[in-house]
Amino acid sequence: MNIFVCIKQVPDTTTRIKLREDRNGIDESDIQWIISPHDELAIEEALRLREQQPDSTVTVLSAGPERVTDSLRMALAMGADKAVRLNLPGDADSSMNARSLAAAIGKLGQADIVFTGKEAIDDGAAAVGQSLAVFLDMPCVTVVNSINYGDGAITCRRDVGGGSIEVIEASLPAVVAAQVGLNEPRYATALNIIKAKKKPIDILTAEELGVTEANRKTRLKNFELPPPKKPCRIIEGAPADQAKELVRVLAEEIQAI
Amino acid sequence: MKILIIAEHQNGALSEAAMELFGLPFGQAEVHAVAAGEGVEPLAGPLGQLGVAKLHLINSPALASYTGESFGQALGQFIKQLAPDVVLAAHTPQGKDLAPRLAAALDAALATDCIQVSLDGGQVTARRPVYAGKATAEVEFNGDSLKVITVRPRTVKAPEPDASRSADVAEVAVELPGQKTALKEIIASDNVRPDVTEAAIIVTGGRSLGSAENFSIIENFADSIGAAVGSSRAAVDAGYRPYRDQVGQTGKVVSPQVYIACGVSGAIQHLAGMRTSKHIVAINTDPEAPIFQLADYGIVGDLFEVVPQLTEAAKNRNRS
Repeated sequence: MNIFVCIKQVPDTTTRIKLREDRNGIDESDIQWIISPHDELAIEEALRLREQQPDSTVTVLSAGPERVTDSLRMALAMGADKAVRLNLPGDADSSMNARSLAAAIGKLGQADIVFTGKEAIDDGAAAVGQSLAVFLDMPCVTVVNSINYGDGAITCRRDVGGGSIEVIEASLPAVVAAQVGLNEPRYATALNIIKAKKKPIDILTAEELGVTEANRKTRLKNFELPPPKKPCRIIEGAPADQAKELVRVLAEEIQAI
Repeated sequence: MKILIIAEHQNGALSEAAMELFGLPFGQAEVHAVAAGEGVEPLAGPLGQLGVAKLHLINSPALASYTGESFGQALGQFIKQLAPDVVLAAHTPQGKDLAPRLAAALDAALATDCIQVSLDGGQVTARRPVYAGKATAEVEFNGDSLKVITVRPRTVKAPEPDASRSADVAEVAVELPGQKTALKEIIASDNVRPDVTEAAIIVTGGRSLGSAENFSIIENFADSIGAAVGSSRAAVDAGYRPYRDQVGQTGKVVSPQVYIACGVSGAIQHLAGMRTSKHIVAINTDPEAPIFQLADYGIVGDLFEVVPQLTEAAKNRNRS
């Protein structure tokens, strides 16, 4: 099978966000970059599928500037066969990213299945999987936490909120957007991380992908940090008195109970 | 300006989040709404009362239950005909799945999960959270292509229905050739409590509970005030709670009226997931825990002592 995985590099969840002086983006100087957590599930799922299906190839794609190379190497260290960076600006929107990922998959061969995360934890747009599927004319199942592989089709369970699950059957080729619970991503071993440093990372340019600034439909600007909070009111006393007072606050001041 | 609202509905009723969309400030814009499904005619009454110039109904047995593919195709065809300037949907599990499909099919600009939308005077601006709420940013739309916008539930107040109003209704026919996806089954939630994304109050526990069994302390308190049970990532990773309950950047982003964090120190990724809660209460032994910087009310103390007392106090209050 020809398996593709689309990943995005994002700031680590422990990052304290600082804004650029012009407030049209964040200060990237002290950021630790990681593969967006749901995209790690997508890589893991692709590797497990390759283990079941001999003669499969896992190709990992990521759109972004030079820094994205580190995340692609991490995907290779986890076990992916090939990695391709789509040389796009770091602030490309989901429309531009999805266009270029679809064009890259089209260029690199007939995909049997495409995995991605249900959303990237930076902009949280949750848009690339579905958009990509439209461009590739494939069905797409989002927020997937389990997959059964059948003959030319897959049966997915998707998390539809409120704890309910939908069971969806989709014909292959298809795009699947991974949710937590789908699998437990493996760690790359130190040895494989070293080996991955020597592996080639192919590059496709925006020109080769036929993507231009016209494909960028939105741009984020005027970033704001949340307003500072008022100081916390500490409720003193013995536990029973503290409890009584808090319940009074919930009932009378906030009127929540 | 022509605006189209996608009226999401479930079991014959408009969803709360869809009704809220009608509360946006539309100015002089021409407001249309569309409902897709099977047997959607009864929605005309309530939609008319919310103030719609024209209501479009896409009725088809093929749309009896939602799939992204069928709804994407049906609404995509209709939107192409109507040619609105802006399409609005709620950022619900369904709206989230659908909007990017429409944007891609219609070569539109997409802004999801917006917390502010202004459509006044022909200018469209939107603001959305980024980095799970660690910051917000304004969405600038390039060019004048169609804009597809999803709005976070509970950020706009739904208008009061006006019984004197009604909508002009039109039926729309669409073609849905060979579908590649099919809904086989819906498995209802086994959660006996409200879901964290829908609850007005959330009581959250962390790894300091020490075991899955000890979470009963949190559950008892939650039950005494009708709250949902939330969990930190550490407690989910330790196997104390299902992922469904996880609040944070890699779990669910929540915005309840009251968020009560018990023994949760407040890792940055957790704070990102709950910082927009209206009132935040922290209970923690460590007065320096970061959670106190976000909290409105705090108790410095051991949750194993304080929380059972809270349950008791809440029950006493219910009795009196």
